Formats: sequence, structure tokens, C-alpha cells
Amino acid sequence: MIVETQYVRFDSLSLDCGATLSPVDVAYETYGKLSEARDNAILILHAFSGDAHAAGLSRTDGKPGWWDNMIGPGKAFDTDKYFVICSNVLGGCRGTTGPSSINPKTGRPYGLSFPVITISDMVRLQKKLIDYLGLERLLAVCGGSMGGMQALEWAVAYPEMVVSAIPIATTARSSAQQIAFNEVGRQAIMADPDWNGGDYYGKKPPARGLAVARMIGHITFMSDESMRVKFGRRLRQKEEFGFDFSVDFEVESYLRYRGSQFVDRFDANSYLYLTKAMDYFDLTNGTGSLIEAFRNVRARFLVISFTSDWLYPSYQSLEIVNALRALNRDVSYCEIPSNYGHDAFLVDIAEQSEIIRGFLASTYRMVSGS
Amino acid sequence: MSESSDSRRRGFVREILGRSDYAIISEWVEPRTRVLDLGCGEGDLLEWLVQNKQVEARGIEIDARKVQRAIARGLSVYHGDIDQGLTDYPDRSFDYVILSQTLQETRRPLHVLREMLRVGRRAIVAFPNYGHWSVRLSLLFRGRAPVTRCFPYRWYDSPNIHFLTIKDFQALAREEGWTVEGEIFLTGRYSGRLLANLLAEVAVFLLSK
Repeated sequence: MIVETQYVRFDSLSLDCGATLSPVDVAYETYGKLSEARDNAILILHAFSGDAHAAGLSRTDGKPGWWDNMIGPGKAFDTDKYFVICSNVLGGCRGTTGPSSINPKTGRPYGLSFPVITISDMVRLQKKLIDYLGLERLLAVCGGSMGGMQALEWAVAYPEMVVSAIPIATTARSSAQQIAFNEVGRQAIMADPDWNGGDYYGKKPPARGLAVARMIGHITFMSDESMRVKFGRRLRQKEEFGFDFSVDFEVESYLRYRGSQFVDRFDANSYLYLTKAMDYFDLTNGTGSLIEAFRNVRARFLVISFTSDWLYPSYQSLEIVNALRALNRDVSYCEIPSNYGHDAFLVDIAEQSEIIRGFLASTYRMVSGS
Repeated sequence: MSESSDSRRRGFVREILGRSDYAIISEWVEPRTRVLDLGCGEGDLLEWLVQNKQVEARGIEIDARKVQRAIARGLSVYHGDIDQGLTDYPDRSFDYVILSQTLQETRRPLHVLREMLRVGRRAIVAFPNYGHWSVRLSLLFRGRAPVTRCFPYRWYDSPNIHFLTIKDFQALAREEGWTVEGEIFLTGRYSGRLLANLLAEVAVFLLSK
């Protein structure tokens, strides 16, 4: 499946902070065919570092999409049956308008003059894309981590449009621990002199700060056990300790590699904006009552968590599930046994595929009446 | 619980009930109602009820693998423990709450039964009868913890932690003020009321409050 990212421009988008962005570009991809009844569209929502290229091989660089193991012919999101859409989020750096985009008023990149955005701003922009594509209903909205927040927001913000929602390894409100890790990442970026108050475009980017932020991120995505299995205490290309501060351990080498690789494809300011959007995310709007937040929701839900995910622990998924059960909504929940930590929704997909495939098939039967 | 002992037990329950648990429930469950099955396994009963009674089905199951299979076949199942799993449902959320063959495995059976009759208008409870003659004889003559068709485990590997007889259950229903709307006693192919507490291996009750 060779795929190509497409782009659409919208005149403006009003934001929760009061500002208005104009214009706003959205990068998106679609896979599969829309049915005649237009009832088989599924919106995939990417996590923090993802992009619109969710599946297939990119026409430009041949790389597979970030969820290519889940989306495609015969896969969990079967593109022989469903029309699948994925777009880059607002504030991102992979084609959709974000802090690295050109501010039309100044002719220069926004940098820190980009307004602070929220998860609901992201979803409001996705709604424009769905309208543009001529879709009145979505068979499913699905995403993991930050993508799961968007899936929840979709179900709450547009209850008449969302037939089912599949939030994975996510939360209805960021916890102190999650905010704390995000803040450490931001501080690492802002402590890099090359960050320069966010004004580094066309100059040397804050590569060291961004790499450190990403290293911290990767630790939180794994579990103690997955790190033990993957690295243990193995040394990197040496038999003995170096007695210096070069790389001794495999785990150090891995983190440094992941950090430096990330710098090539991600914008440091996007890191700041997207983590802030996650920190602000609270479906209860500060009231603390998820039951109230979900009161108008009509979607059928499948909530998935993973046993070893300590960044988005299962209790956060259970909060969602229990609020929906208190409202007698149609909700399924499974905590999938996995050692892969938060990364499980991207890499440990056998069981996740099985339940999503069945959930979608039964939801589609309800909608299409067949 | 090991896979083999689990399937042995399920196999027996199938055998004694035959398809009669479906038949009993078919008689009791009105079409197009809301049904919650506690310990629903892979959802065999729920799927049968959806297809034959067009019920709105929900399940609770503790085993992740079984939850996955049940969701994969399109059922709405909550992965959790039935000892606590009912707390979040509002009163009278369901027309029927079913507990088949797991009452004796729950940590707080009375709490579970009360919860069933809080969230459901009716409860259907099936359990193996500890008053069956084979259990009595085993203890009386062999002096050993009974290992029978209905209680196939050795004392150290049994998931059963609360043993009850039909009389125990009837007494509890009286104490709690529950109305027994139906009771069926089964042993092998025979189902009858005569000397039920001695002869029946499995009892099925329909309760309301």
C-alpha cells in the first residue's frame, strides 16, 4: 500500500485560549474506500510524536506508517472494509500548522508567538477536516496515549457524530506524574542555550535539550521488565567499564540513539506545545466529575489498557470505564497483559488487534443493520 | 487456576446442565431485556441470549484471555472482579443479573448477591449443591474433603471458598427477604424437587427483591 500525505487549508480556527489562528493547514492521509452509505469511516488519532502517516509505505521516502501493523488490508483496521483517516495534530511539526509554521503576519516562523493550544482545539480542527471530507458520522475514533485523549474529546464534543470510541492506554485527565514528566522534558529543551526563547529556526536547533527530553520520554514508555529484557546490564561494545563518561551500557546507547534520531524529525517548540496541551487535558473541566462529562455521550466504547503501563496506569482507564458504566453506556474494557509498558499499544498488538477487529465488526453490523 | 482443571470443571458443568441452563434461562429471561452475566467467560451464554432473545447483553469476566475472546465476538464485557465489579452500576440497571457456577468462588458471596439484586430487577443464580449425597458420603465414610463430580478439586487446588447447600441458600433468601420466583434442581438428566438437597447436584434460582 503506497500512500501519500495530502494537505488542506482552512481559513481560521478559534482556540480555547481566545486567539484565532488563520490560516490553518492540515496534513492527512486516507486508506481504503468510503462506502456508498458513508458509514465506514474511522478516524485514527496519533500520539505525541506521531503524524498523519499512520499506515502503508510513504510515496516520498518508502517508510511504513507508525501504526502500519494495525491498519491495512486484513489488519485490525481493515482497509478492505473501512475508510481510515489520520491527520497530523494542531501544533505538530509534520505538515499541520504548528510553531514551526510561517506566521503570515510576520513572514517568519511562529516560534513562541504560536498560541497555546488544547486537546479540544486539536479535535475542533479535525472536525473541520471531517466536514471537508463530507462525513457526517464516524464509525470509530481511535487513538493511544494523547490520541486516546482526542478520542475521548471527540465522543464528548460531537456525540451525534461518533458511533464508537476506542481510547487506548490513556486518561481522561493528566495526573501530577504525567505533568511532571512533561515539565522535565520542557525544562531540558528550554535549558539548551540553542533554544533561544523558541527563536532558532534557520539557526542551530536545541538538539541537546530535545534529545534529553526524548530520552526521558523513552524511559517512561518502557517498563522495568522490558528494559531488563532488552538491555539488562550489558555493556556496549566493550568488555569492561570505561571508567569515564562515554557510553558504557547498552541502555545508554539506546537512549542516546533514540534522542538524536528524534531531533531529526521533531521540532522542539512542538514538544513544548503538545506536552502543554496534554497537561491541560481534563475532560471534567476541573469539576472532577467524569459522569457529568460523559452525560451526553452516545458512542459505544472499547477501553484498553496494559498491565505494565506505568505512565498511563490502568486505574486511569478504569475511571473512564466506571463513569460510563455509571451512566449505563455500552462499554467494554480489557487490561491486556503485556511487558512492554506504555509502548505496548504500538508494538504488542496481537491481542489488541483481535479485540479491535471484533469490536469494529460488531459496531459496523449495528450501524449497517446487516 | 490451571487451564486443565478449569476446563474439567466447565466440562462438567456443561455436562450436568446439558443445554438445560440455556433452556432454563430461556424460560425465565424475557426477550429484549437488559442482561448482565457475571463471570461470563468467553460469552457463550450472552451470545446465545443476544441471538435468541435479542437482549442487550453485558458481561463481567476476570480472565483477560476470555475477556478478549468475548469482546472479539462483539459482546460488551468489562474486565474485572465480580466481588467489586458491580459497584459502579446504578440501581436497577438490568432486568436480569446472572451468576452461573461462581457464587462459591466469590470472596463475599452475600455482598455479591445483594449487589445483584440492587443493580438488577431479578437475579438468576446457579450453584453446585454441597448437600448432595456424594459429598455427605465422602466426608462421612472416607473422612476426606469431598472430591465429587460437582466439586472435582482437591482441597489445595480448589477455587471454591464458600460451600453452600440448597437449604442454606433457601434460608438466606428468607433471611434477606428475597422472593424466590423460580427454583430448578438438576442431577444428571433428572430434574425434580423430591429430596432436592440430597439428590440435586446443581440448583438454579430466580430471585427478586
